[in-house]
Amino acid sequence: MGDFDFSVIADNLPFLWQGLQLSLWLTLLAIIGGIVLGTLLALMRLSGLWWLALPAAGYVNLIRSVPLILVIFWFYFLVPLALGRPIGGFYSALIAFVMFEAAYYSEIIRAGIQSIRQGQVHAAQAVGLSYWQTQRYVVLPQAFRNMIPILVTQGIILFQDTSLVFVVSLRDFMTASSIVARTEGRLVEMYIFAALVYFVICFAGSLFVRRLKKASTA
Amino acid sequence: MDYNWNWGVLFEEQYLSWLISGVGWTFSVALSAWVLALLVGVLIGVGRTLPNRPIAFLCTTYVEIFRNVPLLVQLFLWYFVVPEIVPQDMGRWMKRDMPNPEFVTAVIGLGLYTASRVAEQVRAGINAVGKGLVAASYANGFSTAQTYRYVLLPISFRLIVPPMTSEFLTIFKNSSLALTIGLLELTAQSQQIAEYTFQGFEAYTAATIIYVVIALMATVIAQMLEKYTQIPGFVGKA
Repeated sequence: MGDFDFSVIADNLPFLWQGLQLSLWLTLLAIIGGIVLGTLLALMRLSGLWWLALPAAGYVNLIRSVPLILVIFWFYFLVPLALGRPIGGFYSALIAFVMFEAAYYSEIIRAGIQSIRQGQVHAAQAVGLSYWQTQRYVVLPQAFRNMIPILVTQGIILFQDTSLVFVVSLRDFMTASSIVARTEGRLVEMYIFAALVYFVICFAGSLFVRRLKKASTA
Repeated sequence: MDYNWNWGVLFEEQYLSWLISGVGWTFSVALSAWVLALLVGVLIGVGRTLPNRPIAFLCTTYVEIFRNVPLLVQLFLWYFVVPEIVPQDMGRWMKRDMPNPEFVTAVIGLGLYTASRVAEQVRAGINAVGKGLVAASYANGFSTAQTYRYVLLPISFRLIVPPMTSEFLTIFKNSSLALTIGLLELTAQSQQIAEYTFQGFEAYTAATIIYVVIALMATVIAQMLEKYTQIPGFVGKA
């Protein structure tokens, strides 16, 4: 414990910062992709048309019963095979995260849509709005406003999940920390540092969610 | 798409036994960690609701720390860091003589992480019981311990069965992270089969189907348990 060496962190800060940037980019893009695809899945499930609802429900339940690591392995294997050429680890990982998180986002969004009272939908139809107009101008804006805290919470979970790209050696913050830890032989310092960085970011995020919740109930 | 199908590979003796052993490890890690998570999670969850500030603060700190650090990092801390910072003799024992180090570490890491999630459910369950019942039990002369023992816990444990079953399913999925410290559970075995045979499609499909079956079984058991434990007529906030 006495020979704790913090200089190893300072020396490798640019490398670690690159890793963290990749983690943050992956998180941001996966959140956007996940919410878009998740909204689509939620609308399919609530469409009342069985040939839309059934595949969406099947997809969501399938993804929600397998581990993220397995999904990452799947897409690392499938994406280059389907495209016939390698497209790089980052895009394979991004596709895996979007497909995986969409299932979780769709459950949140579905609950959010269902929390909008039916009277609003009837009123929208009564004034002559089409299905898509009703969703676009009446249901989704209100649903998303109610859902913001949960969506952000899911975003924090997603940020933590990005550390799993470690299993395919994509250089995010976790993999970068691990590379430094091994090459410098400083496992204790590096993993404690990694834990601290993740903690600070995620804890700040959860404080932000708490403020959002207070703001929405006030 | 250029791919040679060969489903038979899954039933070749060697690879089949890999899969079976993977399932075995997945179950052992998930179930052992679940026991640990329940024990610690209930204590921490109850602790957060106690009318004792230092205890409640300690338990809140536990939950915040374990929830805000990725599970993967936690596993690495338990596996690589803890043996270095405990007293030397103990660290040496952990590195050399501890039986099944990957398994023990995975159970501790996954168990204590899941405990923070269980604690949140327990706390939510206790808060959902309602202030009226608590006030009534104090008014009847119950001590704090008696209030928990006879009023809060019996009701809240039954209220939190549905969210807890989803945590139970999550622990199976999260047990796949044990592969990062070298435990060959189901996901790791399917990955290994994919690498050895180049039959990635078959290997990952096998693992996916097994996880889906586990999820279906857990859901069926959960529904039976929910029916058995629901409180007729209780309208809580949970």
